[in-house]
Amino acid sequence: MKSSFHGTEAKQKNMSEAINVQHGAAHVEHHDAHSHGHHKETFVSKYIFSMDHKTIAKQFLITGIIWAIVGGLFSVLFRLQLGYPGQSFPILETFFGNWAKGGQIQPEFYYALITMHGTVLVFFVLTAGLSGTFANFLIPLQIGARDMASPFLNMLSYWFFFLASVVMISSLFISTGPASGGWTVYPPLSALGQASSGSKLGMDLWIVSMALFVVSSLLGGLNYISTILNLRTKGMSMTRMPLTIWALFFTAVLGVLSFPVLLSGLILLLFDRNLGTSFYLSDIVVNGEILANEGGSAILFQHLFWFLGHPEVYIILLPAMGMVSEILSVNSRKPIFGYMAMLGSLFAITILAFLVWAHHMFVTGLNPFLGSIFVLLTLLIAVPSAIKVFNWLTTLWRGNIRFTPATLFAIGFVSLFISGGLTGIFLGNSTIDIHLHDTMFVVAHFHIVMGVASMFGMFAGIYHWFPKMFGRYLNSTLGYIHFWVTMIGSYLIFWPMHYQGLAGIPRRYLDKRGWVSFNDFPELDKMITIVSIIVFAVQLMFVFNFFYSIFKGRKVTNPNPWGANTLEWTTPLRPGHGNWDGEIPEVHRWAYDYGKDGREFIPQTEPIGENESKH
Amino acid sequence: MQTFFIVAILGLGFLITFQIAKASEYVAVLRGEERARKQTNKVNAFMLLAFLIIGLIGVYYCNEQLKGKILGEAASDHGVLIDRMLYITIALTGIVFVITQVALFWFSFKYQESDKRKAFFYPHNNKLELIWTVIPAIALTILVGFGLFYWFKITGDAPKDSMIVEVTGKQFGWEFRYPGKDGILGKKYFKKVDPANNNPAGQLWEDQANHDDIFMEQEMHLVVNKPVKLVIGAKDVIHDVGLAHFRMKMDAVPGTPTTMWFTPRFTTKEMAEKTGKPNFTYEISCDQMCGQGHWSMRGVIVVETQEEFDAWMAQKKPQYFVANPGKDPKAKADTATKQPVAAVVNSN
Repeated sequence: MKSSFHGTEAKQKNMSEAINVQHGAAHVEHHDAHSHGHHKETFVSKYIFSMDHKTIAKQFLITGIIWAIVGGLFSVLFRLQLGYPGQSFPILETFFGNWAKGGQIQPEFYYALITMHGTVLVFFVLTAGLSGTFANFLIPLQIGARDMASPFLNMLSYWFFFLASVVMISSLFISTGPASGGWTVYPPLSALGQASSGSKLGMDLWIVSMALFVVSSLLGGLNYISTILNLRTKGMSMTRMPLTIWALFFTAVLGVLSFPVLLSGLILLLFDRNLGTSFYLSDIVVNGEILANEGGSAILFQHLFWFLGHPEVYIILLPAMGMVSEILSVNSRKPIFGYMAMLGSLFAITILAFLVWAHHMFVTGLNPFLGSIFVLLTLLIAVPSAIKVFNWLTTLWRGNIRFTPATLFAIGFVSLFISGGLTGIFLGNSTIDIHLHDTMFVVAHFHIVMGVASMFGMFAGIYHWFPKMFGRYLNSTLGYIHFWVTMIGSYLIFWPMHYQGLAGIPRRYLDKRGWVSFNDFPELDKMITIVSIIVFAVQLMFVFNFFYSIFKGRKVTNPNPWGANTLEWTTPLRPGHGNWDGEIPEVHRWAYDYGKDGREFIPQTEPIGENESKH
Repeated sequence: MQTFFIVAILGLGFLITFQIAKASEYVAVLRGEERARKQTNKVNAFMLLAFLIIGLIGVYYCNEQLKGKILGEAASDHGVLIDRMLYITIALTGIVFVITQVALFWFSFKYQESDKRKAFFYPHNNKLELIWTVIPAIALTILVGFGLFYWFKITGDAPKDSMIVEVTGKQFGWEFRYPGKDGILGKKYFKKVDPANNNPAGQLWEDQANHDDIFMEQEMHLVVNKPVKLVIGAKDVIHDVGLAHFRMKMDAVPGTPTTMWFTPRFTTKEMAEKTGKPNFTYEISCDQMCGQGHWSMRGVIVVETQEEFDAWMAQKKPQYFVANPGKDPKAKADTATKQPVAAVVNSN
């Protein structure tokens, strides 16, 4: 009697703690109201201001999921406008008031939605949510470290991200609305409150939020780099590291070198907005008002922005590539093909990522000669990308493939990366870019290759490492439904969108009925909207699966459920702070001895046998 | 009500799915996880193959449905080059697309887990790596070569006999200035912009070249088969002169003038016949996010023969005389005629 009572209490306590994890990630104040009980000290240090990299990873992940829901919902809202222009949805007015007067999304609201959708998805979900989660979770576990080099900075990294989130959220609730000049916030539009209501207070909050975000990203990135360089366990040489770690390493390098440039660009923008400087402003007559600014260059901002903006694409992509390499190898029960080539191509992509930014600016009046250099460098990046694709294909070749949800998402990633990568060859060629620049073709291209593909990488990672994160499995039937609907839906949404772009339809047009040239696709727009609602609904199902499985999922009993070689599966089922109970294991081999000498897999911790063949 | 139903159906569908998913998990445990896993493995492998086949048919179907809607023949000389480059790229990437996607899904299907097979330990092969480094590099060199050849043609200097038109973007409309008989656009300065006194472009009247410049809004006329050089600027924020049918595009940046040139191949009337659209119009779309009216920032280009153009131009009055009616030699003669240009229109 007594013991069962205790059991229930313990269970409830566990539950309430776990529930508070998700709350804590989003609303710290909310949590404080609840936690004045007996376990205050430990609870706060364990779940809120935790310095355990695994908890911080979960904080990033859950915050990222919340942001993904917000950002995804925004896209559904503006897809409603695109699919059904002129139609009234009274429910929108109920929720959004003047923003959707008469049940129709107003232009200011539309532009706020697309701007926030971009900002949220690019920075908060696919940067913080993706590398924040998996760099934190996997780096110490896979290199054999007890925690990050500086757990305290790591904690700060999350809380700066949290602050950035709070500031960005608050900008949604001010009367002039959030930033609405597109996620690239080009001045003068973003610099002049007279030019757009979103460029008033909302834009200042956007800049402040992004500044906090950059701090978070730098604290995280420096930590990842120093951890990988310094805290590898005995025997874990750089070339024995799993490709996930290499990818996360290069991601961190990209972030550390490029985010400060964005920050400097934004600070100058802040000056132009509030201190009367003219970095980006010149010769402006806005709404009949002649401004005094002379001598600035609006294009300067674009150089600074894209000097981050393009590496940012790879900051988003590389972690997905790393995880996909790992997951494909584990589940085809075969080593990753061409480890050194994979590593070399990651390195090449990292270098080239810094040398291609002006391909976003072919039609800004850039010197055509300079443009030609950027064409060359941009198309050059297709070579390492092609190497990666062929190596993934060869990894699958003659494997013995297990289609876990993670494997499927990894295969989906490769498919999307091919499709989106090839359209990049169109846009990177300045001649074609003249026609396709800033059209729906661009939207289709980057959503497939960067947005959806990286999302697939993230899903693959979540399905694969969920057992290690929470000691339970995600429901795999829901996982399969999630994959298939998302896969088919993504192609249905974005494949035909290329044709709209070929027809010259510009991005960010909320109603095309007034145009003779662009009004040929109303049915297509409707179809895309319907599919995106379905796909969004399925993502909500995934979110449900995620939170449900944290508490109620099938328990993991096998410490190495996928039969993987890497070190994280040598930890206890639910590793505590410090990861390994005893000594940190020593590493004797690379991470990809699958199917070697007739053995299904050989963990990295196993010493090389006497008669083992070489490779 | 409709919304409510959609939400209700989605909710219900979700509930059912969830129950099935839960049940299948229990069934799997009961029947033996290994067996259940192998069965789903087969299903998914089959689905991947089906996805490939249906997907490729879908790609073909999508193309059949939509290829007629992508603007048709390019209406400028440069557009022809751009379209050619586009088709070269489609051909080359199309081949790669089919090969790689087929390989991806076929391998996935063919090498699904089976008790009969052991995975082949195949960690690297430098020869293969070399092959698929060199082949893409060659293919891309070809694309870069063609691309840059066309790029320099398109962005090179405009022919000397080009017609010049100044295009200025503002929230949310277009202004045009023709240089008049002297062929020179007069100087302007943004601090002189004064629509109330009929000087919306900020022209400096002391510059003689300004005295025959003609100003207008929203509609621009060009001559067929005559090269035109656009001198592009913006008043407030960055806009972009997007000419989908000519396949041309250039940003309009406040403070930094840009240029582009092209030669229209067909008049508006000819295009109406070619496209089968009686209401065919060459439209100028703003392609750079410029504020809440961005989507409606439309201008019109009329392409016509030299005679039609001359007749149209003859009706226009230089802005100098609109702003300074006293200086107009014709003004006293025909005060009864209407003002040619209403310059004080603020479209928003």
